Amino acid sequence: MKRLIRLNVNDKIYEIAVEPNRTLADVIREEIGLTGTKKGCEVGECGTCTVILDGKTVNSCLVLAVQADGKTILTIEGLETDQGLHPIQQSFVEKGAVQCGFCTSGMILSAKSLLDQNPDADEKEIRSAISGNLCRCTGYQKIVEAIASVKDRGPIS
Amino acid sequence: MTEYDVINTRAPRLDAPDKATGRAKYIDDLRMPGMLFGALLQSPLPHAKILNIDISEAKRLPGVKSVVTAEDAGSIRYGVSPARYDETMFCKEKVRYVGDEIAAVAAVDLETALKAVSLIKVDYAELPAVFTPEEAMAEGAPVIHEDYPRNLCAEVHQEFGDVEAAFKECDLIRTDTFKNKRQDGAFLEPNGCVADYNHLGYLTLHTSTQVPHYVQRTVAMVMGLPVGKVRVIKPYVGGGFGPKAAANPMELAACLLSMKTGKPVKMNYDRDQVFLFSRGRHQFIHILTTGVKKDGTLMALKNECYLEGGAYASFGIATVYYAGSLLGGPYKLPNMKYDGYRVYTNRPACGAQRGHGGVAARAAWEQQLDVIAEELGMDPIELRLKNMMSAGDVTCNDLNMSSLGMKECIEAVRDGSGWHEKRGKIPKGKGIGMACGFFVSGAGYPIYRSDTYHSTVTVKLSEDGGTVHVYTGSAEIGQGSDTTMAMIAAEALGVPLDHVSISSGDTEFGVDLGAYSSRQTLMTGHATKMAAESVKAQVLEVLSGALDVPKEEMDIKKGRIVFKRGTPDFEPIRTRYIKEHRGWKDQPAGDDLTFREAARIAYLAKGTIVGTGKYRPGELGGKFKGAAVGTSPAYGCSAQVVQVSVDMETGKVTVDRMTDAHDCGFAINRTSVEAQMEGSLSMGLGEAMFEEVKFDDRGRILNANLGEYKIPTALDMPPIDAIIVESNEPNGPFGAKEVGEGAIMPTIPAILNAVYNATGVRIWELPLTPERVYMALKKKKNGA
Repeated sequence: MKRLIRLNVNDKIYEIAVEPNRTLADVIREEIGLTGTKKGCEVGECGTCTVILDGKTVNSCLVLAVQADGKTILTIEGLETDQGLHPIQQSFVEKGAVQCGFCTSGMILSAKSLLDQNPDADEKEIRSAISGNLCRCTGYQKIVEAIASVKDRGPIS
Repeated sequence: MTEYDVINTRAPRLDAPDKATGRAKYIDDLRMPGMLFGALLQSPLPHAKILNIDISEAKRLPGVKSVVTAEDAGSIRYGVSPARYDETMFCKEKVRYVGDEIAAVAAVDLETALKAVSLIKVDYAELPAVFTPEEAMAEGAPVIHEDYPRNLCAEVHQEFGDVEAAFKECDLIRTDTFKNKRQDGAFLEPNGCVADYNHLGYLTLHTSTQVPHYVQRTVAMVMGLPVGKVRVIKPYVGGGFGPKAAANPMELAACLLSMKTGKPVKMNYDRDQVFLFSRGRHQFIHILTTGVKKDGTLMALKNECYLEGGAYASFGIATVYYAGSLLGGPYKLPNMKYDGYRVYTNRPACGAQRGHGGVAARAAWEQQLDVIAEELGMDPIELRLKNMMSAGDVTCNDLNMSSLGMKECIEAVRDGSGWHEKRGKIPKGKGIGMACGFFVSGAGYPIYRSDTYHSTVTVKLSEDGGTVHVYTGSAEIGQGSDTTMAMIAAEALGVPLDHVSISSGDTEFGVDLGAYSSRQTLMTGHATKMAAESVKAQVLEVLSGALDVPKEEMDIKKGRIVFKRGTPDFEPIRTRYIKEHRGWKDQPAGDDLTFREAARIAYLAKGTIVGTGKYRPGELGGKFKGAAVGTSPAYGCSAQVVQVSVDMETGKVTVDRMTDAHDCGFAINRTSVEAQMEGSLSMGLGEAMFEEVKFDDRGRILNANLGEYKIPTALDMPPIDAIIVESNEPNGPFGAKEVGEGAIMPTIPAILNAVYNATGVRIWELPLTPERVYMALKKKKNGA
């Protein structure tokens, strides 16, 4: 039996009928059509499907869509504003923190969550905050540098 | 400062904004109207005869559109090397590993397809299975492929010089055995594809691949279609590292199902299936014997090697050759003997992975060189510098070091890491080690025997003159090739990078062998440069006529025409341009004639301006059997120093710092070169420290997931100091050569050497689990 749920995704309200066993990752990708949220393992190990749910990062493959009913979700598509790329996105582009890009969405959202709570995060805290987001391409060096350099730009809007 | 305007800078990658905003489309993001979903039936047994397959119940399930088996697929053999075409789309008589494909289903949704797969009944008669080279080569062992007795997929026997004679002149000879573990590519994006067969008989396959061209050929061959009616398009790809470098059975099954149903068919591997398909790094067992004189002169190397290959050949023939041929350099080694055996087993097939064939051999030998240095009382760096080749040297197996910044790399890491201040002066439990490596800059020959160009590139100007379009079949899989090619095109043509757009990864853009063996900067780069230069010449030729200025007296720089003997009156050209673009913004102004205006004039004179470029290596290497493997137009090289801490109570190793120098010839994009080095180091660190695909005694993978198959996280990786060394490779475009794979070579042995420096124990088997290190420490403590 499908259930009607209401999600606030990137400041837009979606009312969707979903099967109770569908994951939030699938609903975001397939029903809402925001494919910036990636699926790398589907069991919560790689972090590519990271979204921010009511202010906290989650692996959206481990959250059932019905559990997210009534909640507010930020996906990678919600970061860019009318003024252009979010400073974290800009920093990832400029510092060479993007290679294949499959981890990038989740990595940037984990970085945002960290910097929202701790704008002065040091290298160790940055590494810890993104330790649930696997990356096979970069060796993390340029990702850490990109996140650290955002910090210097002052508070994140 | 260089003489260049675009290359050798830190240009941001062209694909980065798309990837950082979620706009970039990967294979699983693709949807088509009327699309069906496919699923595979794979063998649960490692080795069994197929007695009967019953698909009747699956076919009856509502929503199922097609069920296919070997009956439908036929028995056309394919694989990587034509000499070992040992795969078929589906198994007919028997299965050879847990995961071997038996059937596929297309249905209206994935749930239905998976349900249908579960309704297919297969009767098996189980056969005895073999899982290790020792078991597989044993007398009377079950044979996996009838044509290959003792399960020997490929063997290599080579000798250069006279090893036994050289050993007689040696003061020190050492033999060591080294073993690594099977590795998984562990790219973040699971393989997927969408096959779309249309009413006109054209088949388009969108797939997550490193090699659109090879996939096109394999699909055409297996499906019985003309190559020109098969198109392979690669969307953004989430990493490859080797295992995505050939057609896979899922792609072929999707094509067959699309041809059967007339609908687009989407298929994905889940993470378990990624591990089952494998095609990653083999397990190697190397028995190395090295002889030296007491002054440290390297005299001879004997290398005996066994590869656990899995059920099919895949890249294995090349792998077994590479495991021998790439030890010729970067040292002066006059005598080398190699005996390599690649053995079939009832496990998933292994193939190519970053540093193809050379990583375990390099790890073994670079550790053995350290042992020898210690026994001779030499500093490991001194031993290496004493024996190092330099530019122009040729290895005993005929690999030509047309450029080699090896000495500079060693000096850079020695000085950059504080080697002399730290070596022997840091507390027990902490250690510092170094190692060297080198790698091909593109395999010298295609995988199939052919005189084909390795790369063809087309550069086309937009008809308004404003934009330079680069079309290439090359495969951007994350390494940054699109940006590199755009930079090369911009530089060669003389325009800013923002004038260039690139379209790649589509077989309709021409032949490009793809992203493997670190070929693209050199090979596709050559073709791109040539195509852009052709466009430049065409534009300047028309301009020459229009302005009555010899074309030798003109050039294009930074998007403007440069006149060597004073600027002629180009007002008529500008007036014409402005007239044709009446009402447009950003009309050209100023004292310089712009490239845009010149290109427009060229179009008006000649129609669309297109330049083409191509590249194929010249004559390479020796004439001996297997000489084709290991040859390359150029070799990248690197040195690395690693600092570790070892917990002497528990055996836990922590890598604290990595200093790496790589000679990439000339850095087209400095940020990307560093990024490739850093990525290589993290893969090497993972393989040294934790990575191992584990099996149970029934051939089933025990850790087919990213939780238990551990790759490095941000917390495992230390800060990396990546130092770019440039040597101006004569065979490379603008002097450039590889970085993508060679950079992994020194990592594992540098870690091993650092662990020895910290603990006084040598570890000859990977990975460096705390248990393994602890047991070695304990053994040493007990005086064994």
